[in-house]
Amino acid sequence: MSEFPDDLKYAATHEWVRVEEDGSVTIGISDHAQELLGDIVFIELPEEGAVVTAKDEMSVVESVKAASDIYAPVSGEIIAVNEDLTDAPETMNSSPYSDGWLCRILPSNPSEIEELLDADTYAGMCE
Amino acid sequence: MNINTPLRSLQDNDTFIGRHIGPDEQQTRTMLAALGYGSLSELTRATVPGSIALNRPLALAEPRSEQQALDRLKQLAQQNVLHRSYIGLGYYDTVTPPVILRNVLENPGWYTAYTPYQPEISQGRLETLLTYQQMVLDLTGMELANASLLDEATAAAEAMALAKRVSKARSANAFFVDQRCLPQTIDVIRTRADSFGFELIVGPAKEAASHPVFGAILQYPDADGHIEDLTDIIKALQADQAIACVAADLMSMALLTAPGEMGADVVVGNTQRFGVPMGFGGPHAAYFATRDEYKRAVPGRIIGVSIDTRGKQAYRMSLQTREQHIRREKANSNICTAQVLLANIAAMYAMYHGPEGVRRIALRIHRLTRILASGLYKKGIKGNTSFFDTLTLELSADQRSAVLARAAEHGINLRTQTGDATVGISLDECTTVSDIEVLWQVILGADAADLSTEAVDAELSEHNKLGIPAALQRQSSYLQHPIFNRYHNETDMLRYLKRMENRDLSLAHAMIPLGSCTMKLNATAEMLPITWPAFSKPHPFVPREQVTGYVQMIQELEAMLAEICGFDAVSMQPNSGAQGEYAGLLAIRKYLDSKGETQRNVCLIPSSAHGTNPASAQMLSMKVVVVACDSKGNIDVEDLRAKAEKHKDTLAALMITYPSTHGVFEEAVREICQIVHDHGGQVYMDGANLNAQVGVSRPGDIGADVSHVNLHKTFCIPHGGGGPGMGPIGIKQHLAPFVSNHAVVKLDGPQAGNSAVSAAPWGSASILPISWMYISMMGAAGLLKATQVAILSANYIAHRLDGHYPVLYTGQNGRVAHECIIDLRPLKAASGITEEDIAKRLMDYGFHAPTMSFPVPGTLMIEPTESEPLEEVDRFIEAMISIRREIARVESGELDADNNMLKHAPHTLADIMDESWERPYSKQEAAFPAEGLRDNKFWPAVNRIDNVYGDRNLFCACPAMESYT
Repeated sequence: MSEFPDDLKYAATHEWVRVEEDGSVTIGISDHAQELLGDIVFIELPEEGAVVTAKDEMSVVESVKAASDIYAPVSGEIIAVNEDLTDAPETMNSSPYSDGWLCRILPSNPSEIEELLDADTYAGMCE
Repeated sequence: MNINTPLRSLQDNDTFIGRHIGPDEQQTRTMLAALGYGSLSELTRATVPGSIALNRPLALAEPRSEQQALDRLKQLAQQNVLHRSYIGLGYYDTVTPPVILRNVLENPGWYTAYTPYQPEISQGRLETLLTYQQMVLDLTGMELANASLLDEATAAAEAMALAKRVSKARSANAFFVDQRCLPQTIDVIRTRADSFGFELIVGPAKEAASHPVFGAILQYPDADGHIEDLTDIIKALQADQAIACVAADLMSMALLTAPGEMGADVVVGNTQRFGVPMGFGGPHAAYFATRDEYKRAVPGRIIGVSIDTRGKQAYRMSLQTREQHIRREKANSNICTAQVLLANIAAMYAMYHGPEGVRRIALRIHRLTRILASGLYKKGIKGNTSFFDTLTLELSADQRSAVLARAAEHGINLRTQTGDATVGISLDECTTVSDIEVLWQVILGADAADLSTEAVDAELSEHNKLGIPAALQRQSSYLQHPIFNRYHNETDMLRYLKRMENRDLSLAHAMIPLGSCTMKLNATAEMLPITWPAFSKPHPFVPREQVTGYVQMIQELEAMLAEICGFDAVSMQPNSGAQGEYAGLLAIRKYLDSKGETQRNVCLIPSSAHGTNPASAQMLSMKVVVVACDSKGNIDVEDLRAKAEKHKDTLAALMITYPSTHGVFEEAVREICQIVHDHGGQVYMDGANLNAQVGVSRPGDIGADVSHVNLHKTFCIPHGGGGPGMGPIGIKQHLAPFVSNHAVVKLDGPQAGNSAVSAAPWGSASILPISWMYISMMGAAGLLKATQVAILSANYIAHRLDGHYPVLYTGQNGRVAHECIIDLRPLKAASGITEEDIAKRLMDYGFHAPTMSFPVPGTLMIEPTESEPLEEVDRFIEAMISIRREIARVESGELDADNNMLKHAPHTLADIMDESWERPYSKQEAAFPAEGLRDNKFWPAVNRIDNVYGDRNLFCACPAMESYT
């Protein structure tokens, strides 16, 4: 059974968002998404410093079964990426909400965060 | 029959029908009876909707026997005149080493295998494909190569597409092409650039970097034979973030500084002259090599190294998830067919000759060219002084006509082009010393009398600067891997080839029931003509009068296909189904443009479509709109109607597969086509499933405006282990002016200005006799019966497996078309056994798995074809039922969920020899689960391959020799 932590927001395209104390947001893919993908073998990391618009493709996650686009859940500048994923993409499988985070964005329009789904709504969508 | 039977009843013109179709009369009756039908026509009426039935015999010639058809084709072949061709331009005469000719090109063990999607039973050709990649890496000086593309021109177009994907010059929308690229390459790039919406700049190579471009392609040596150091141009391009591509001749790389050493980002070219006959244009394998950093942007297939569950080295196709079957319109390319058989022949040629042998061949070609040039230039002829094997001579108009007249007298083809007085000569592996003397006579006339090759050869000193400039002479070594250095005598080579062949399951072993792939018989009589010199030798650009028999054979085949499919014309150019899709959509695009409807840009594609459909539409810059399917797997007609209505001002086309990818004859297909026409769109019919239609219905009658025909499925061209293929398109009259023409060989029919989709005017011409033979030997009655038996066999399997595995989709009267999908998802939920476990377990029973998870995840799609006799079909069914019983033991808990014969499949000799075997099932159950396997057992070469390991640890070149077995 997939986990859907309550303290996160979710996009319908399976990204999660956590608002940090400094106002930035951390982004990853949901437990449900990593389960669907299966063994992840490669992650094309977003470009640090790039400015993205919500719903833009910003990264590609490749498993043995699929190559899936990851979309920016919010607009803003990418201020950090999880370089550890380059050598250990499987972290996204084993720890999707913690060590397997993808990147951090400094949102340019924080109201977009409010438009994301809460855990219950997202979990319902994944059933 | 008795002693008084009259002669006309003893003639056996239609005997081939019974050779091709597996089930005999008795077996056919048995299968029909199991389904409750009295005759094939009764079954056909029950299966094929009346609204689309053809209801008349196809207008084809009466069937010929194998010998009669061969005799007729021989007559056509004899009309061809074989001149010695020095035309070059990417095609060169070559010697296929006889050991490779007989044991690979003419051997069903190699040519009837499928694409290596099931790697455990494909290790032989995967090893030789890896060798092919290593050969390309060595000769080009690059880091990563794929396992071949269709031809050099499309490889160059793919290089352009890769350049756009990876270039950091994001705002640039132009691509530069060296005007001295091969004319057919420029032509195909022009087609692709137009449809992608790129600007194309054609000019002298040195100006490449003076334009704002995302990439450029240069020819090395160029079409005239010149060799330039490209280093500075490449650097200048890269300084502007543009991708530097080089189209390079493979043989010349043996002597020239490699493009990789000059800094190229992408290198492409033809491997034909490594032992693959010219074949009037193909098939040949094009190579594609690039930097490691661009590996995820590479089109086509790449072979990589992984391990099996015993930790043994094993090969597989890697990086597949960027391709069209998964990424659809976001794929790197629409191309999925490669040229495996031809790529393997090129690799084997390199292995057999080794680095010394290849270098000697290249040096001999070059030496002969220097002798030729030296003699000519001494006599005052002007031409290029830098060259590998190609001279371009500047003649006066008078000289030129005299030269061409003498060439004709000697039966020689030289390279000419309209608009200038030059004459080109390209030498090759087959050129001899006496050929040089003849060429002198042709160019110089009487003036050649005092030239002798011995004397000129002796005069060529170190100080003679003709040929390869000193700075561009290759210093680095190549083909150093042991695989290229241990099979130089025929005994070793023969045994190596046989060892590799024995690792691969082909139609010579068992049925390959791959749904949508139509793995039918590739009859020997069909295959014989492809290596007749009349078909294998001609250069694709020879004058038409030398190939009248060839062209007649092609035209006859076009007429047969037009009649079978209900079209007015056929374009033979596309080299694969996916390329046919592209060519067909392109014709639609041009037709709509000609009517001023340039805004029509929406392509409707059902959700069940093969991934090449959206990928092809994307290449035409069309907007893909997905049409839903209903719970029965049919196109949701109301959704289609709503979307056609919504996009009525912009609708360009619908792409539809018929029978559907779900393997049923949809009853609404006419209505579907009508809706699209009513809203101003054209209908593209994917011909992947044409084997269910031949003789019973016709795409053109149903409403298709254009459709491709996979000759490698329905019309018997073998799959070659993953190519070649042919995907000609049939078109209605209104589209006929808009199909591809060719820059060098002008075709009748299409508008003169149309550019090409393939390098050669008739695609892979040398394999067309296969389909010609098939249709000629079957005739209308045989083809109809083949379709009926294909439908019978699929329905028989569906019927017998029902109760063991649910059949997912059926059409009217509960009938499937020529294939059926069985649903494994309930079993997976109950037992944890997956479609992959079943696919691997089938290997233990001696079978190749059906198509896995297409078009529906968690299913198997089974297509037996008409060629499989009832005994083999029954053997397959019994294997599937036996596997179902094994799954039941897992479901019941009798067998452990993870430690069972399904999860550990396939089983190898290593398992049987394992002295520490502690599995809860016996070795007998593991490897001999069915009767008959003790007498006839196919052993997978490796245990199940670890896909995750392979993709996480990408390695796409030959591994160290100690790891070979």
